[in-house]
Amino acid sequence: MAIVTGKQNRWRVWAAHAFLIALIAITIFPLLAVISISLRPGNFSTGSLIPTEISFEHWKLALGIGYMGADGKWVSPPFPVLLWLWNSIKIASISAILILAISTTAAYAFARLKFRFKVPILNAMLLLQMFPAVLTLVAIYAIFETIGNHIPWLGIESHGGVILAYLGGIATHVWTIKGYFETIPAEIEENAKVDGATHWQAFYRVLLPMAVPILMVVFVLAFIGTIIEYPVASILLREEPNLTLAVGSKYFLQDQKYLWGDFAAAAVLSGLPITLVFLFAQRWIVSGLTAGSVKG
Amino acid sequence: MNTIVRTAAAPNWVAHLKWPITIALALAMLYLVFNVYASGQAMWALGLLTLACAAFYSYLGNIGFAWRYLFPGLAGMAIFVAFPLIYTMQIGFTNFSSNHLLSLDRSTKYLLDQTTPDEPTIHSYTLHRDGNQLRLSLAKAEGSAKLLTEPFSLSTDGVTPLRAAPQDASRDIGAALSMREVIATRDALQRLKIALPSGEILNYAGLREFARLTPVWKQNPDGSLTRTETGEQFAPNAKTGFFESAKGDRLQPGYTVGVGFANFARMVNDPDFRAPFFSIFLWTVAFAGLTVVFVTAVGVTLATLLNWEQLRFRTAYRTLLFLPYAVPGFISILVFKGLFNQNFGEINAILDALFGVKPAWFADPLLAKVMLLIVNVWLGFPYIMVLCAGLIKAIPADLYEASAIAGASPLTNFFKITFPLIIKPLAPLLIMVFAFNFNNFVLIALLTDGRPDFINTKIPAGTNDILVSYTYRIAFKDSGQDFGLAAAISTVMFFMVAALSIWNLRLASKGMREAAQGK
Repeated sequence: MAIVTGKQNRWRVWAAHAFLIALIAITIFPLLAVISISLRPGNFSTGSLIPTEISFEHWKLALGIGYMGADGKWVSPPFPVLLWLWNSIKIASISAILILAISTTAAYAFARLKFRFKVPILNAMLLLQMFPAVLTLVAIYAIFETIGNHIPWLGIESHGGVILAYLGGIATHVWTIKGYFETIPAEIEENAKVDGATHWQAFYRVLLPMAVPILMVVFVLAFIGTIIEYPVASILLREEPNLTLAVGSKYFLQDQKYLWGDFAAAAVLSGLPITLVFLFAQRWIVSGLTAGSVKG
Repeated sequence: MNTIVRTAAAPNWVAHLKWPITIALALAMLYLVFNVYASGQAMWALGLLTLACAAFYSYLGNIGFAWRYLFPGLAGMAIFVAFPLIYTMQIGFTNFSSNHLLSLDRSTKYLLDQTTPDEPTIHSYTLHRDGNQLRLSLAKAEGSAKLLTEPFSLSTDGVTPLRAAPQDASRDIGAALSMREVIATRDALQRLKIALPSGEILNYAGLREFARLTPVWKQNPDGSLTRTETGEQFAPNAKTGFFESAKGDRLQPGYTVGVGFANFARMVNDPDFRAPFFSIFLWTVAFAGLTVVFVTAVGVTLATLLNWEQLRFRTAYRTLLFLPYAVPGFISILVFKGLFNQNFGEINAILDALFGVKPAWFADPLLAKVMLLIVNVWLGFPYIMVLCAGLIKAIPADLYEASAIAGASPLTNFFKITFPLIIKPLAPLLIMVFAFNFNNFVLIALLTDGRPDFINTKIPAGTNDILVSYTYRIAFKDSGQDFGLAAAISTVMFFMVAALSIWNLRLASKGMREAAQGK
């Protein structure tokens, strides 16, 4: 490019590097610190940030294994981290699959079929997703208490209830999948129908296989969205063995019982996989974000 | 040949099953609806029936198969997003709270179920083992003649009364079971009825006693209740949601009644409530506003820098700077909670070593606010950075070439070209960031819980609570489980969110129109 560069330019480049490196240092300091803390013995010691002595005691507790403490007392895990992780993964997987199923079918109807009130329903969906669930917690609690009176496995203190509550948040996913379906020519399905396929077969056997990439993205987005969800899970689940990781992690850092090192190990153990999945899916997520910015 | 027959037969087989399955589902639904109705929740039963009819109509009726694809998704949104909004508004006009949990019917039934043991019929008892079964030995007073019941098992249904006969003093019935064992059998004991030789029936009246139970309350035709012992009358008061006597005594539990605009009036009129509510509102707006300003400043600066072609390692920088967005929020917020800890936290350890200060991040209201903003900027800037990177890429390069010929400095470039061009498409997104942080419950709940609290408030309130975390506290934590008041505050917030959304849509559609005209 034909940009004339001045003499101070070299200094500017160096200054930019210094600024960025300083900012990155601040940004990733908490993440590095927590890894170091998880390997440092004890819950209170504020020793050096680079541990002088590596200890796996916190990791043992996070993995649910006890160990013999220095004072000869058996130290058992304070919280069932692996159980919470399992609860989280179970709830997130089932929710993501169901969310994917119902938003794909709805998106198909919006993209391909003609029916009354199509535009009003699409607009209503856009408007509804502006109201986060955290504003309606009182009503959600009351609804699930009532459901629980009749169907206990879908009520308060049940994973079925939490999954059911998450099935409302599909508006964005419907829009994403609908946008993708619209880029696939409808003629392919129509050909299939000419060849004798039913509606359902044209959708299931012809359209869906072509849309696998977007379905995977929506699955990952829904999975991450539910695994990090806190407000709804925190009112529906209260008892220790039922908690998800997002709700349970809080109990490591109470004023009366401050387990900083144990928390650090649990945080790295559970946070790392989710972060990796997110970074893996980052390309699509970012393109989704910027696509949204262009459309508004 | 075989395979062809099988594949051809399969759909037929399914078609035969269609109606039996439909009927089974319909019966199951009707059973559920009936159960809900029988428990006194007519409105819920009606809603469920409507939903079930809509489902059957979509899949069996002939309104077009579009609705078969739409139904599950739309039902999910209607039940768990739209209905809670309406239901919250409705609760906002009632006194639904821990003191007023039940409906009038259920609260009346609860009171009518209350019983009191008849003083002269109280028998103390001991529990004895008899093979696999149990027996009770009853005595009216210490040393009086004992009665022994028939043996019973733990699974007894308690329908037929257990006969008790005078106990043969010479008979060895073994030692009485300990209190712990009695507690373990309590469920069975509560179901027991014991028929005395006189014909009188005794019920379980406590861990030590059986007695004849009489109801505490008698219902009058007008719905009021009379205390059987004293004859005192309690009438339901539809204004307060309590059974009240003429003297003004109230019975617990109360029941849910509509209170009109009382919850909303409290936000404006009640001075004890208004003061903290108002400062929480101001902090909510300040918190969301300052977050937007800071994340935009950091995000735009970084996006501009990372778009500079003479800079090397840009991809590596971008990936590292994106990390805060990739780490699950509940983990990074709690990590900060630990790092900012006044005595054991690493941040204070560094500050102490460098400057000799140990700020009380969690005890000082102002420092807590500063901490919340720092953490929130850390969490939020990558999003803006990524958005702006896309927008800056779209700016035509010839603009910068022209400015270079004119000899403009990078700062001039930024303020005269980059910023004016990206702020328009960015504006609607910044409004969404504002709206998100306006309701950023997770950050407050996990980092400070709104603490430190205001001193001298009737309902506990935190100095750095935002509206949504304050609402959560009123509804689910230490502030009396006042669901009605919490729902009323939520209703006010709906309108604010709706206003922000409309503003956002206006700006976005305006931007799109201008873009279209530009083309």
